[in-house]
Parts: sequence; C-alpha cells; structure tokens
Amino acid sequence: MRAFTLDDLSKIMRQAGGGASELNAESASISFDDLGYDSLAVLEIAARIQEDFTVRLSDDIVERLATPNDAVSVVNELLAGGAR
Amino acid sequence: MSARAAITGMGILAPNGIGNEAYWRATLTGRCGIAEITRFDASGYPSRLAGVINDFDPASYVPSRLIAQTDLWSQFALAATAMALDDAGVDPASVPEFTLGVVTASSSAGNEFGQREIQKLWSRGPQFVGAYQSIAWFYAASTGQISIRHGARGACCVLVSEQASGLDALGQARRAIRSEAQVVVSGGTEAPLSPYALVCQLASGQLSDSADPERCFLPFDASARGHVPGEGGAILIVEDAAAAAARGARIYAEILGYAAGFDPWPGSAHSPSLARTISVALADAGITPRDVDVVFADAAAVPALDRSEAAAIETVFGPHAVPVTAPKTMVGRLYAGGAPLDVAAAVLAIRDGVIPPTSGVGELADGCRIDLVRGVTRPARLRTALVIARGFGGFNAALLVRAAD
Repeated sequence: MRAFTLDDLSKIMRQAGGGASELNAESASISFDDLGYDSLAVLEIAARIQEDFTVRLSDDIVERLATPNDAVSVVNELLAGGAR
Repeated sequence: MSARAAITGMGILAPNGIGNEAYWRATLTGRCGIAEITRFDASGYPSRLAGVINDFDPASYVPSRLIAQTDLWSQFALAATAMALDDAGVDPASVPEFTLGVVTASSSAGNEFGQREIQKLWSRGPQFVGAYQSIAWFYAASTGQISIRHGARGACCVLVSEQASGLDALGQARRAIRSEAQVVVSGGTEAPLSPYALVCQLASGQLSDSADPERCFLPFDASARGHVPGEGGAILIVEDAAAAAARGARIYAEILGYAAGFDPWPGSAHSPSLARTISVALADAGITPRDVDVVFADAAAVPALDRSEAAAIETVFGPHAVPVTAPKTMVGRLYAGGAPLDVAAAVLAIRDGVIPPTSGVGELADGCRIDLVRGVTRPARLRTALVIARGFGGFNAALLVRAAD
C-alpha cells in the first residue's frame, strides 16, 4: 500500500467539507478548527480516509487529529502496521 | 394589540419555473412542469411522473462546504431563502440575532442523502456511514442550516404534517412575530424523488399511475386518479408589519388568519374537520366567507378526498359561491413545499388581480359543486385569499392572506 500524502488528505478534505485550497507545508500545521473544519467535518474526513485507504481510525485516534500533519503521520503509521 | 405578520419577500423554486416571476409567468400560461422522473431510473415503478426541477445547480446558490453536508431538500431551502431575503430587502446581519427566526415545513426531509447512507450501512457496515448523516436527513436540517448560515438565533423550529406543514409553519411564524420575533424565514421545500421516498409515497395508494404529464393529476375531475409528487417549494419572509412598514418594505400581503385541524379516523361517527378548520381560520381573521375572493384548494385528486374538500368548501361558502383553483396541477404536490407555493401563488394573484388556472381538468366529478377556474386565467379583483392544505393521515389547515392596505 502506498503512503498517504498531504495531497491525498487535501482532496479528501475538499470532498468532505468543500472549499479548501491546496494544503501546503504551512497550512498543514494549522489546526483543522482554524482551517474551518469543525468536529463533524473531521469525523467525515476520517470516515473517507478509512474508506479510501483501508485503515481503521478509532474514535480515540480521530480525537487526537488536531492538524493535517497529525492526520498524515497517524495514517502512515497505521498503514505501516504500527500501533498508536 | 397583537403584532401583525406581513409577507415581505418570497423565493420560489418550482418545476415550471425557478424564481418568482419565472414561476408566475409559467403558471399564468398553464405551462406544465411534470415529466418523467430522471433523478433515478424509475422505469420499473407504477408511477413515473413528477414535477421535476431541471437546471437547478446547487453550486450556484450554496457554498460547496454546505453541499457536502446537505440533502437536495436543504439545498432548495438555502437557495430559496437567499432569493427570499433578497426579494424582501432584508440583510440578516442587520436584524438583531435573537429576533430573527426560522420556521420551516418538512415532510420527508433528506431522502436521497439518507437513502445513500442507509444503503452503505446495510451493504458495507456502520463505519462507512458518513458523519453528516447525523445532520442531513432529519426534519429540522433545513431550519438548522438556514439558521446557521444567516445567524438566526431567534424562534427556530420545524413543522411536520405532510402537505399541511407549510400552512402550519406560516401559522407558527405569525405566532413568533406576535412573541419576540421581528423577522421569520418561513415556508418550506421538498425533494421527494429518491427510490425509497417514492416507494413510501406509493404505499399511500394516492399516486397517479397515468403516463400523460398533462392529464395525470386532475383534482375534482370525474377522472381523478391520484396525484404526482413534485420537488421544490417556496420560502417566505414574514415580518412584524409595523417594523416592515417603518423600514419602507414592500408588503405583499398580511397573514390574516390561520387554523389547524385533524380528521377523525376512517369509519368514525365524527365528521371530517376541514369545514370547521376553515371556519375557525375565518373567525381568527375576523372576516366572513363573503370576504374571501379566491380559494387555493388542497386538491388531492383522490375522488373521496376531492368530494370531501368540495363539501367543506360548499358548507362554508355555499355551492359555486367562490372561485376555487389548484395551479398545483402544473407542478404536482410538493408536500412541505406545496402549501408555501400555494400561498406565494395566492400573493401573486392578489398583486396582479388574476386567478391562475387549474390545468387539465375537464368535467367535474359528481358532488363537486365548486366554481373551479379551469383552462385559462380569470381576471378578478382579489383582496383576500384562502389557502387549504391537508396532510396524509388526517392533518388539515387553512390560512388567509390579504393584500396590504
């Protein structure tokens, strides 16, 4: 399975919440909340990641996804088979 | 002295016209908006016709972030709200937030969205159900989204009584105006064309199985054989009349009277309640039957229901005593959007002094002793209109609008 990239996340964020421009290094470290994605939007993003990348994001894990960078690193750890 | 409720803006989305004037021009010329359902493949269904809104692009009216989390029904409502606020000349940001309310009607709510997520639930598992299912399918979703988008923190709720909901919502909006609200976004919309939604409607036994768009929905006709569903509706801006006048608003009409009733169950010794509901609405308005210039009928096109409605009108007004019409023959029954659209049509009829026709209807059924305006428009001096709406299961409501003085 290939790695989960910021581009992948960016596309999912657009589908889940609409609007957002491309993520870059700077915006990837801004909280989802400040980027305009509320808790429901983050749940929706997580649901789509699970669907597209065959990975399970438990509620605990989703709660800890504060920024796009968090999401990318957590998903890649899970894809590599690591626990968190 | 109770505050008076004025209609100052309208946003219409109808199968035969998007926008107030487009709908009205189409309706006055008898243009039919009924066609084969195309939102899904309905070829296997006994009823395949509906009032369909082509050329509605949600992205033209609604930010993409909201499109992801709403059903088409709420997208209709958001679009119609924007149109209505513009028509009223109301900037929501300038209305104190706790005096701005949203009271919409709903009947089957987020059908397509809900069906999609339920299909995922049962075919793939709960983890594949999207998070927005929680806020997209339920009856108050449109009220909620409108309230959030426009900062409305005043009286907000939803009324759910099938086709009667629209009048119940406007009646409730007037209550809110008499309480603390200064401006209320009201009316309602419907998006009833998904496989699941259509199957539910088929179960009522009231859908027409005709294949002719011009003759499938014939209320009060000797050949009446049910209705067709339609999508869309109307959002109306209801304001405190004194405040509206003070800001120089154009006032279409006042909501003069309103009443709601409920029929006894089939086989009961009690009489159906529509005549009484109409009488209570007239008393609420402080007028007599003679003061009513036109009636916009519920028009179920089910023979027993047609006779029942005609009998109620005759009981209150006398036989053939007041013009009756049902322009919904051109668009179908829009459920939560139906009565608000009828009220909008009544308001435009009053404005222009012309009664829109009931299209397609020929010979009236026995027992329907009403003066039904058929074929073409009828010019008339109109000041006061009665709108009737009945919801499946026994709901009924009556609402009176009168021209601004």
